[in-house]
Amino acid sequence: MEQIVEKKISQIIFGVMSPKQIKDNAFAKVVTPELYDKEGYPVDGGLMDVRLGVIDPGLRCKTCGQKLKECPGHFGYVELARPIVHIKFASLILDILRTTCNTCSRTLIPDEKRSSYTKELEVISKEGSLTDRRDRIKEIVAELRTINKCPHCEAKQEKITIDKPTTFLEGERRLSPIELRSRFEKIPDKDLRLYGIDASNFRPEWSILTILPIPPVTMRPSITLESGERSEDDLTHKLGDIVRINQRLFENINAGSPEIVIEDLWDLLQYHITTFFDNEVSQLPPARHRSGQPLKTITSRIKSKEGRIRHNLAGKRTNFSARTVISPDPMLDINEVGVPSVIAMKLTVPERVTSWNADYLKKFIENGPKKYPGANYLIRPDGKRKKITDETREQLLEELQPGFIVERHLMDGDISVFNRQPSLHRMSMMSHKVRVLPGLTFRLNPAVIAPYNADFDGDEMNLHIPQTEEARIEAEQLMEVETQLISPRYGLSIIACRQDSISGNFLLTREGFSLTRNEAIDLLAAANIYDFDRLPKKETVTGKEIFSVLLPKDFNYRGFSKRYSKDPKDPDALVHIKNGLLVSGVMDANNLGEGSGLLLRTIHKQYGKDVIVGILSKMNMLGNEVLMHYGLTFSISNLDLLGDGKKLVEQTIKKAEVEVVNIINKFKAGTLEVQPGRSERETLELTILEVLNRARNDCGRIVEDTARQDSSLMHMVRSGAKGNVIQLAQMAALTGQQAFRGGRISKGYARRTLSCFRKDDLGSSARGFVANNFHKGLAPHELFFMAMTGRDSLMDTALRTPKSGYLYRRLANALQDLVVRGDQSVREASGKIVQFSYGEDGVDVAKSEAGRINIKRVVDAVLEG
Amino acid sequence: MTLITTTLETYKEKLPKAIIEQIALLVPETITKAKLDKICENVLEEYVSAQVESGDSVGLIGAESIGEPGTQMTLNTFHFAGVSEMNVTTGLPRLIELLDARKKISTEITEVFLKKEFNNAESVKRYASMIKETLLKDYLEEVSLDMAELKLIVKLNKQRMDLVDLKPVQVAKMLEKALKNYKIGVEEFTLTIVQSSTKDADFFSLYKLKEGIKKVYVNGIKGITQVLPVKKGSDYVIMTAGTNLKDLYKLEFVDTFRTFSNSVAEVEKILGIEAARSLIVDELMKVIESQGLNVDVRHIMLIADTMCMSGTVLGINRYGVVKEKPSVLARASFETPIVHLINAAMAGEVDTLRSVIENVMINQPIPVGTGTVKLKVK
Repeated sequence: MEQIVEKKISQIIFGVMSPKQIKDNAFAKVVTPELYDKEGYPVDGGLMDVRLGVIDPGLRCKTCGQKLKECPGHFGYVELARPIVHIKFASLILDILRTTCNTCSRTLIPDEKRSSYTKELEVISKEGSLTDRRDRIKEIVAELRTINKCPHCEAKQEKITIDKPTTFLEGERRLSPIELRSRFEKIPDKDLRLYGIDASNFRPEWSILTILPIPPVTMRPSITLESGERSEDDLTHKLGDIVRINQRLFENINAGSPEIVIEDLWDLLQYHITTFFDNEVSQLPPARHRSGQPLKTITSRIKSKEGRIRHNLAGKRTNFSARTVISPDPMLDINEVGVPSVIAMKLTVPERVTSWNADYLKKFIENGPKKYPGANYLIRPDGKRKKITDETREQLLEELQPGFIVERHLMDGDISVFNRQPSLHRMSMMSHKVRVLPGLTFRLNPAVIAPYNADFDGDEMNLHIPQTEEARIEAEQLMEVETQLISPRYGLSIIACRQDSISGNFLLTREGFSLTRNEAIDLLAAANIYDFDRLPKKETVTGKEIFSVLLPKDFNYRGFSKRYSKDPKDPDALVHIKNGLLVSGVMDANNLGEGSGLLLRTIHKQYGKDVIVGILSKMNMLGNEVLMHYGLTFSISNLDLLGDGKKLVEQTIKKAEVEVVNIINKFKAGTLEVQPGRSERETLELTILEVLNRARNDCGRIVEDTARQDSSLMHMVRSGAKGNVIQLAQMAALTGQQAFRGGRISKGYARRTLSCFRKDDLGSSARGFVANNFHKGLAPHELFFMAMTGRDSLMDTALRTPKSGYLYRRLANALQDLVVRGDQSVREASGKIVQFSYGEDGVDVAKSEAGRINIKRVVDAVLEG
Repeated sequence: MTLITTTLETYKEKLPKAIIEQIALLVPETITKAKLDKICENVLEEYVSAQVESGDSVGLIGAESIGEPGTQMTLNTFHFAGVSEMNVTTGLPRLIELLDARKKISTEITEVFLKKEFNNAESVKRYASMIKETLLKDYLEEVSLDMAELKLIVKLNKQRMDLVDLKPVQVAKMLEKALKNYKIGVEEFTLTIVQSSTKDADFFSLYKLKEGIKKVYVNGIKGITQVLPVKKGSDYVIMTAGTNLKDLYKLEFVDTFRTFSNSVAEVEKILGIEAARSLIVDELMKVIESQGLNVDVRHIMLIADTMCMSGTVLGINRYGVVKEKPSVLARASFETPIVHLINAAMAGEVDTLRSVIENVMINQPIPVGTGTVKLKVK
């Protein structure tokens, strides 16, 4: 058995390496910029020295003796001819220079004031960063330095400036890195403590490099092109430059070259080392490839989304996963996923051989990788992985004994994790049971589309197969669809009926719908429901009675349908379920839809997840089956208005247009009553908008009342399955004012919106009011206005996505460590209390009913029962 | 005491106040003791079973609950609220602004409530115009330049001044305060402005002054640029664009208990951190509800609490909440990783790997949910 390791890493200490440490940790001194000799073997003392690790197959590392992929690589070093400023410490160097004496290197704070400031600084570093602390020291020194003298040695201080990025000036004189170093060396440890620096961990002179560590070859591998040519990594290129210039500098110094030559080389070395650390320093031209593209050096390797931290460390890749197009399959259970057999034969589940299951697992090996259900690999107890092929199969079968692990094909009932990006909430990744099916797409029940926010217009989804028992149990217990029915966002069912199933159940449960008992049984059977004994034993049964078959026998519930807000006296308005019988009320989006109504939530609460899952899938089936039997279709005639509807609409539009003309006339005459705080023009626009929007809403109401009441269109709108009153109005009456950038359309040509209007026409149609409806068809100018707003909303979407994405990232990053602890308090990682009790009452939203405890239900239950 | 109150009293420690109140409301007077006990017991059971489990990653769920609907919000700040409404920034921009804890928000609004004795239709209009910041140009009838005498003659509009009880002397005082080296003469509703030392009187500076005085602050409350008296329920309320709570609270007719602005930074400064927290919650809820979205308050409260935890309002960004994180790697994984790594190296910081992201980085179980549990005995 493998040994269980509880925690391998318990802490990470950050620090700066001293020159001595760099040297001690190095395994090779690099002295030549050459990489390989004539035979292509790495040069000793070169940048690809075999002591730094190996990247060629066949070679062995001289330091650890291991081969490629085994050797982790080892550091080397270069001895710099002259000290060089480390660019990342430039701001620290400047701060220290400005706050220490140029002669005695003491901090420019008198000893007697020291202790009080130390206290203050400790507080700062407790709350802020080191930079804040340095800023405060700068302030203190600026306050204290009334005369420009050092309080310790009385030396006169000069102003230090920085010529970015790495040149420091004292007055007019340039301070060489050698001088900087010698000044820093003299700073006593106790002064460093003021800056929050512990001298055993870091000394400021270390920020001026005298020795440069050479990163191991393994972190800058070269690639061999097809032509056999070698292409070196960007870092190797940069290091080559550094070593070359460093050697030249050495030679020139030894040869006693003129100071100018040496200075120039020194500056060049500074440039190369600076760009080695960071090639995006704003004051320097970035070092480039011959092709002109900038080199990717250390900083750009680490930072940003594609950098090491966010790309490789915080984000991982997985094996045992699949991705393909999704398609709907209402015959699957809600918690199932249909997996194509091709994928099922590639994804595997490891099963350990025991004396009890050996025969069962042998069958898979016999089938091999090509016959389903088979197995692809056999893992021996020593960890050797054997591929099962036609040739090896017989031998492996013989070898098989307890302790082996068989990687068998995916089978019905296996646990999987199903995911659709963007994974915006936890319901974007749920555990489903596998159902292996023919075909090439993942199949899922349309009822679980809502949490994934998926549709079937070509969406692809990912499937992961957990590989350990622990992972499988966690997926099953915590992520399975049944456990995710209630959204933790608002405490209501997010997996519910949609579209057709809502319309279907709506039609079924409407007042007055009835079927003969035989027809009812036919309907139920088609929907896979067989509790016929719950149907009343009479010749005709109502739709409500048919629907009641789904409900638990002792279920009591009171609620409202969508109808309630319109007409509370409508017999369908009040939903009343008594002892599992739908007494009154119609089932619509208010009761069956996602994120609305307490009906589904209450059933879930009272009877548990298994019952609600069963009811949900039956409900869906029943709704769809009702439509299959009785039809739901849409035709243009659904948009015809009966009676005087058409006239009413025309009147409404006419009235609104006349009103607009009146307002404009008043405006032109200057008699428009100005709203407080608004200009005349603003008042005009707002009043017109109000008038026109009122017209559209009125038309919506007219359409709702005068369109054929029993049309499929009305059923869909009434049930809440799809569409609203405004959309009705847009189709049958008028499309309405097109809003653009928060007002009527006003831009386009000079002083007019389109060239077919007069200049300065403020009238309704000239400013984007679309008086026609979609049924009648739009006038040309109306089409243009609609295209304008259409494009505007397209732009809105395009701009919104990255903005809200970034907001989400920030939120997730800030809040991810907040966890409920054993004492019910919410704390962050270090144990600081954020809330004493989560949400002030400790109630988990996902366990609540719309964010509350449903007291009324409890009270009613006790009072009635 | 009745049966109901005495029974409920015993549950005071076990149930939140709101739940107890609701029970009292729902239970009929004539209830028997047995039934009431049963109800209380059942409610308590429901309440206890709905408690969060320890280890629950409430933070991330809170972030999801705001982040996910964020993608559905409109960027448009526009809404068809109508003529008699202030145009307020809503939607995603407002959400971002709130969570960033911006000092300067795009539309500052104060709802000024009036004390009972001033709460009527006539006074609300008068007070509204008194509050509004007015400049001299609002009261000007005419400005003319007397070139011969080198003086500026300012005629004031009596009507407008009477509306807010303003006397010419007061205007003159404000002018004197604003303009140095000038003398102001008052005569009825006419002011004359002369340079105090006649020696270097020059025409050109006087000419410039003619425009300059228009922008001199006269009265009202600085910062309040627009006022809109509206009726809200039984209250007359002055909605203002721009805000200055400090000065508003000094006015005798302002109901200081109910008046506050929508600027978190201002409320924090004047009313304190608890007020700021509760304002953040309210404002976030307002944004979300205005978009027709449904998010539980608990998530919002958690975010507000995180922002206000340190005692000052911190934004959800690298200068605020994230900067306060104890772990170097957690900070580095968010933004500006190099800065964090360098500073950590200089300070010799130690990362104890107690939060989520570092453990993801080093492939260890995260200290959340099932990861919080450790095996003591093998």
